[in-house]
Amino acid sequence: MPEETAPELPEDPGSPAEAEAEPATVDSEAEPATVESEAEPATVESEAEPATFGAEDEGPAAADATDGSYDTDESYDTEEADNTVTMHIWRGDHDGGEFTEYEIEGNEGEVVLDVIHRIQASEAPDLACRWNCKAGKCGSCSAEINGKPRLMCMTRMDTLPEGPVTVAPMRTFPIVRDLVTDVSFNFEVAKTVPAFQPPPAPADGYRMQQIDVERGQEFRKCIECFMCQDVCHVIRDHEENKPRYAGPRFFIRFAELEMHPLDTNDRRELVRQQGGLGLCNITKCCTEVCPEHIKITDNAIIPLKERVVDASYDPVGWLGRKILRRTKRSPEEAAAGGG
Amino acid sequence: MAEYESHNYDVIVIGAGGAGLRAAIEAKQRGLRTALVCKSLLGKAHTVMAEGGVAAAMGNVYPEDNWQVHFRDTMRGGKMLNNWRMAQLHAQEAPDRVHELEAWGALFDRTKDGRITQRDFGGHRYARLAHVGDRTGLELIRTLQQKAVSMDIDVFMECKVLRLLSDADGRVSGAVGYWRPTGEFVTFAAKAVVLATGSIGKSWMYTSNSWESTGDGHAMAIWAGADVIEMECVQFHPTGMVWPLSVRGLLVTEGVRGDGGVLRNSEGKRFMFDYVAPMFRDETAETEEEADRWYDDHANNRRTPDLLPRDEVARAINSEVKAGRGSPHGGVYLDIASRRPAEYIRRRLPSMYHQFMELAGVDITATPMEVGPTLHYMMGGVRVDADTEAATVPGLFAAGEVAGGMHGANRLGGNSLSDLLVFGRRAGIGAADFAEGRAGEPALDGAEIEAVVAEALAPLGREGGENPYDLQHELQSTMQSLVGIIRTGPELEEALEKLGELQERAANLSVAGSRAYNPGWNLATDLPAMLTVSTAVAQGALHRKESRGGHTREDFPAADPELGKVNFVQRQTDRRGPDAPITITPEPLPEMPPELRELLEEGH
Repeated sequence: MPEETAPELPEDPGSPAEAEAEPATVDSEAEPATVESEAEPATVESEAEPATFGAEDEGPAAADATDGSYDTDESYDTEEADNTVTMHIWRGDHDGGEFTEYEIEGNEGEVVLDVIHRIQASEAPDLACRWNCKAGKCGSCSAEINGKPRLMCMTRMDTLPEGPVTVAPMRTFPIVRDLVTDVSFNFEVAKTVPAFQPPPAPADGYRMQQIDVERGQEFRKCIECFMCQDVCHVIRDHEENKPRYAGPRFFIRFAELEMHPLDTNDRRELVRQQGGLGLCNITKCCTEVCPEHIKITDNAIIPLKERVVDASYDPVGWLGRKILRRTKRSPEEAAAGGG
Repeated sequence: MAEYESHNYDVIVIGAGGAGLRAAIEAKQRGLRTALVCKSLLGKAHTVMAEGGVAAAMGNVYPEDNWQVHFRDTMRGGKMLNNWRMAQLHAQEAPDRVHELEAWGALFDRTKDGRITQRDFGGHRYARLAHVGDRTGLELIRTLQQKAVSMDIDVFMECKVLRLLSDADGRVSGAVGYWRPTGEFVTFAAKAVVLATGSIGKSWMYTSNSWESTGDGHAMAIWAGADVIEMECVQFHPTGMVWPLSVRGLLVTEGVRGDGGVLRNSEGKRFMFDYVAPMFRDETAETEEEADRWYDDHANNRRTPDLLPRDEVARAINSEVKAGRGSPHGGVYLDIASRRPAEYIRRRLPSMYHQFMELAGVDITATPMEVGPTLHYMMGGVRVDADTEAATVPGLFAAGEVAGGMHGANRLGGNSLSDLLVFGRRAGIGAADFAEGRAGEPALDGAEIEAVVAEALAPLGREGGENPYDLQHELQSTMQSLVGIIRTGPELEEALEKLGELQERAANLSVAGSRAYNPGWNLATDLPAMLTVSTAVAQGALHRKESRGGHTREDFPAADPELGKVNFVQRQTDRRGPDAPITITPEPLPEMPPELRELLEEGH
């Protein structure tokens, strides 16, 4: 019975019609992401709607296509003389700001974050940018590069089109300074997710099959870069939705717990009501920007919507669960192991 | 005195990687008022970068494994310089800590019968590392983070701690720091303080460490009068990326070798067979055939030399490159492409696959990786009591990389994540016990706070001084060239002289801009710790006139049995602080009981 649910989704009474009708809201106020459309010919794509995020980004495949030469020849040290790069970096704070142009020498194999660091070490020592691992593992250095959310540490300069590179802070979160945003919204949502609750462990430890843990493992690859939250049009230009919307990052958290072979907590009503799952209309923008290639929409949100529908609207299923606990097992069943 | 935001807790934990989170969870479970203070956002600490796994003798893959074998491997890997009691506790308690993570929601990879599976790693006799593909650190930090959040522990994110504060009786009583987003100062009064600040790697040019690894905890402990030990023992991980230059030093997990990858020089030769030290000869394969059979049958074959402890492999790579048998960018080749199917590589090592594909344009399922040594881990650190993690100054505790002793002269891969869990928990208990037993509220010295604040603010008001980025660059190139993987007496003396000069120049830094999220200013406030710690490393390296584990002296190439019985202890005595001298004295290692010594002397 859960399989036939298909695209017919619960109409949340609070669901804003405009979110469905017009995901492409391009804010005309003085928001960072719109500034580049005034001048830069090289950033034509940046005026595209959220729906096109990632459309031209083939991830590793694209990198592959352009990088073929590095390991076969010595082109890296026969670089031609003019390798100046032009960066348009948003500078300012919550009271406003503007793009500032920097011209700096580019080096072979560099990522955007390398260039930012060299600008800090020379022209602009106070240029604020958040980063940690510089290896794509911590999810700190999210920004909108040429209008598209990317990790600065994993975006190679030579994969970007010729011309100035625009770097702006994530638009969905309040600006702290320059490229740093206040992402505390996410940490607040995290507090509302009820904890994992397993049954008591058997004497020789829990047993789970690899195939069962792999579903949750996909979601636990999440590095909390919050770019899925940034690009989600339910909150990107709708501050008013934030108090009742968990966002893609936390939908995968709910899904992970929901699919955990040992968990005994039922969070489906919570994710429907407080989490605002119904506000998501599956445009897949989140999936397209995920640097970990997590299939957020297909593997987390849609199955979660199906399970929530089961919980709320299917009296027969509801009764069945009451008797059989079909989607969530009892602590005893969970402890007994298996899928 | 100016008014600063102030807080009062029973226990504050500085640092929110694995050790800090685990300590805070423990203190909070005891019902104490607990705070976690970290330089970055929660969940971004360097623990996320751990790849290979958590070492724990659970015996899920090899039932022969037990804590005694793990203890033995750890001590031998550490070249016997370890604190034996820490190595024992670690080996005994690691399995419980892994199972505990599972009960908190971690999803480890499984064996066929549904238990936690374990992978081979350098220096471990049996497949022992519980893991999640090659992103085990992320799983560990996220699990602990989610546990901490569910317990409602107070977290101060992007809050940099500058200095520990002591009361009139010399007990540590709190700390002072600032919020990075605003630059506003904040003070914490606490009955006990746990340092869990991680590493020191950012004082070198090529390191796998993130920007946070500036040795804050090591330095703050020294400035508070605590002892640090084994500061000369710094680990160079054998396999870091060497190209492109922008990612030089980025870690390539040992799991590549655990899963079948081998090291080759420019002639295609598996050179590690030429570098097997006598200590490891009995347990290491002599032929490629035996080494290859070992992956599937540990019982009847000896392990591949590609999986010797990290210090051995790093030195071997260094020698091959020096002998002119390196790769075009100054490393050697790490080849798994020719040895395992592409699908297997992508499944077992997904992060490595993406890292090379996206950053170097190299498909590791088709082409060997170029790798070379990168500064990775600090064995040395705060001298602690093995059972409680209490430092030598009352009220202060340390766990994880900032603490010394557990790993001796060289850490085995996989022993770091288990260290964080075992000693993070113990530090939490130690701090909680101390806090509960401490009478009265801890008092902070207003004048001391004012002095710290004034020192931190000085670069902002100064015109025409040194650029902190330039100073950092000089520090990094000094440490890289003079206190690197192979050291000599004259170079270490030169390094100390240069560090003294940098120390003087650091008193004259100038920073532009405001205090709000100003990375230039943040760096200026990191530099005092970086300089103190670098000085301690160079000084320790100069005094340890032998080669042992991560510490290699070209002028003293052999291990000295007498020096194998001592720790070099460093501390500040009369005068304390960034500009005060550090003394160094050899002190005997704790005596190991005979029943443990016997474990080490057995044939295997």
